[in-house]
Amino acid sequence: MKVNNYNDLKEWKKVCPQKKDYKINVLVCNGTSCMSSDGEMLVKLLEKEMSNRNLKADIRIIRTGCFGFCGQGPIIKIEPDDITYVQVKVEDISEIVESHLINKIVVSRLLYQEPNQTEMIEKSSGMNFYKKQMRIALRNCGEIDPENIEDYIANNGYFALAKVLQEYTPDQVIKIVKDSGLRGRGGGGFPTGLKWELTRKVPGKEKYIVCNADEGDPGAFMDRSILEGDPFSILEAMMIAGYAIGASQGLIYIRAEYVVATERLYKAINCAKEAGLLGNNIFGTDFSFDIEIKFGAGAFVCGEETALIKSMEGFRGEPNRKPPFPSVSGFRGKPTSVNNVETFVNIPAIILNGSKWFSSIGTEKSKGTKVFALAGQIRNNGLVEVPMGTTFKEIIYDIGGGHPLGKDIKAIQIGGPSGGVITKEYFDTKIDYESLLGMGAMMGSGGMIIMDEDNDMVKIAKFYLEFTQDESCGKCTPCRIGTKRMYEILERLVNMQGKPEDLEKLRTLGENIKNTSLCGLGQTAPNPVLSTMKYFIEEYEAYAYRTKKTTYSIDPKLCIGCTKCARNCPVSCIEGSVKEPHYIDETLCIACGTCYDACPVNAIIKP
Amino acid sequence: MRESILDTSTLDKELLKKLDDFIDSLEGKKQEHLILVLHKAQDLFSYLPQNLQLYIARKLDLSAARVNGVVTFYSYFNELPVGKYIISVCMGTACFVKGADKVLQRVLELTGTNKNEISADGLFTVKDVRCIGACGLAPVMTVNDKVYGKVKPSDVDDIIRHYRSIENESK
Repeated sequence: MKVNNYNDLKEWKKVCPQKKDYKINVLVCNGTSCMSSDGEMLVKLLEKEMSNRNLKADIRIIRTGCFGFCGQGPIIKIEPDDITYVQVKVEDISEIVESHLINKIVVSRLLYQEPNQTEMIEKSSGMNFYKKQMRIALRNCGEIDPENIEDYIANNGYFALAKVLQEYTPDQVIKIVKDSGLRGRGGGGFPTGLKWELTRKVPGKEKYIVCNADEGDPGAFMDRSILEGDPFSILEAMMIAGYAIGASQGLIYIRAEYVVATERLYKAINCAKEAGLLGNNIFGTDFSFDIEIKFGAGAFVCGEETALIKSMEGFRGEPNRKPPFPSVSGFRGKPTSVNNVETFVNIPAIILNGSKWFSSIGTEKSKGTKVFALAGQIRNNGLVEVPMGTTFKEIIYDIGGGHPLGKDIKAIQIGGPSGGVITKEYFDTKIDYESLLGMGAMMGSGGMIIMDEDNDMVKIAKFYLEFTQDESCGKCTPCRIGTKRMYEILERLVNMQGKPEDLEKLRTLGENIKNTSLCGLGQTAPNPVLSTMKYFIEEYEAYAYRTKKTTYSIDPKLCIGCTKCARNCPVSCIEGSVKEPHYIDETLCIACGTCYDACPVNAIIKP
Repeated sequence: MRESILDTSTLDKELLKKLDDFIDSLEGKKQEHLILVLHKAQDLFSYLPQNLQLYIARKLDLSAARVNGVVTFYSYFNELPVGKYIISVCMGTACFVKGADKVLQRVLELTGTNKNEISADGLFTVKDVRCIGACGLAPVMTVNDKVYGKVKPSDVDDIIRHYRSIENESK
């Protein structure tokens, strides 16, 4: 099919496969997590079972992007029955086909069970995980086949672009985006419409739209899921942005590690070109646009826009001083607007539903929704999208299901290596850009790592600093040498060789690095240390004053004398008779944790 | 100034030809494609020895320093040979808080190697890598393209044994 004008698109939509054309749609998650646990195998088996039983005409199998419920994968959803099966194994397929698809009997043992409840949840919409979510950025993930342009068009794909080219001037597009209140989802939260306006205002014919898909924040994977689950939305949004700022060339800068996402993007670009929805004279107008993919090569700093541009030009990804901002002098020295994946994916929805609709969601200064990646000590890890202004409590307990073992949650780390920790007392805070900054953290790309009593905050801070120190590009001194010195101090503390005055040194160094570094990486690198020092200073003091207990011990009241710990201890420092409480010789203990893992009754006390 | 002599005798001629064809097919300013060319070269040769870097420099009309600067800047590029199986242990935050460091420790013990070095039998290279975005499966390790999720240190024994046995069988 070739689309030459708006009418062609409307006609095409009429013949695109709709879910209602089939009696049953079987949606199989093809996200990274589910695929690596046999997702692909499940599809093949389903297809085989169905052709064996001649079910193909009435039932469609759709390989979709991520459902977000990654901790429970692989996931299969059956529509219109609205039934979600979790942790599906290869051997479950024939039962699903036989029982559900043929005899209409739900396979109840594969349903999801809410924590502390005995009954299984039948309807997906009844699951707490989905109840409080609002999916705008993830609207197509887990809904459509990301490799099929007809699925995208059936879900109003390319209608936003058509509307823009038919009805709006570039200035009107910018006004809509400005009025919507959309802010950059990559970390900083800069207003997207304003960024476009600044780029549009600079004179010149050669301009660029760049999609920043260099998702480097450890613990965040929303951009990956969007690219894998909804690549056409990104292409469409980049074209709308190109029309708005006056660019005819788009570039996607993506991590080389994101193999599946890259393949899907290439496929989407080719499909769109074939359909006349990318290339010259789109919808018969004089607007032309092309998109090229550029690869990263594993450098966290390239998420910073000036470093990213350097890398696209084939250089070391070292950031530049701003100004000039990329909107004035970016790729090849030309005006360039760099926007993040999650920012882009909101654009078609804003155009179709209007800026009022979008700005009615969220808080006063942060509009719309935000995708968070839940990981760490939480029952339902995965991707969740909630309106701005949702509280941490709602995310962790209502959606996330709380701690997997019901333990106390001590803190949340948000914003990755640039962010900080949020402690229990603040779990009622409504999340938006400003409230997080006020607490010494930041939105970042939206990774949330949940931590419990077993997580040592000093070690967590050291972990992040090791990361940023390793990723520091070395161009400016505060970041290159400062983070190294901070890391050395932390290492000293953790090895019980620290001194009380180290704490003050750590704090001053951190403040100085924040104030004097060249780019965002250095300016935020001390955050994990400073924020954990603010809320968990007693853990730092325990190391600095060398009062921290570093060895394991046994609770004699709980020990049943099974001897497992003693048999597994690599340094043989555990003694005791069978069926009698054991004890650990703490002068010999090397704190390896083997006994802790071996104990069947949780009698081992962690340091 | 003495120009360094390019010795390509250790490089596979057929692979070099493929690299040449790839570079010739690129449109626009060739220097801008340096990172893409290095990706291609590493795909073909599995690592980027110095003479290959110099070869690329000459081909793209860049200084050797510029090419080496880029190769050493980005962690994705290897200057040293790699094993047949690249074991990557994810050190993203989600994996870290679920004990990825213990998994890495066990992998290093079993392969008898240091990080980023090739094992004595030439089979394994062990890396700690940045978040691979499979946080739902934490802790995660990959062996080439195969992903292993929710790995316990004790699972590592089986995984390594599996790859060793494939090798023994093929012998």
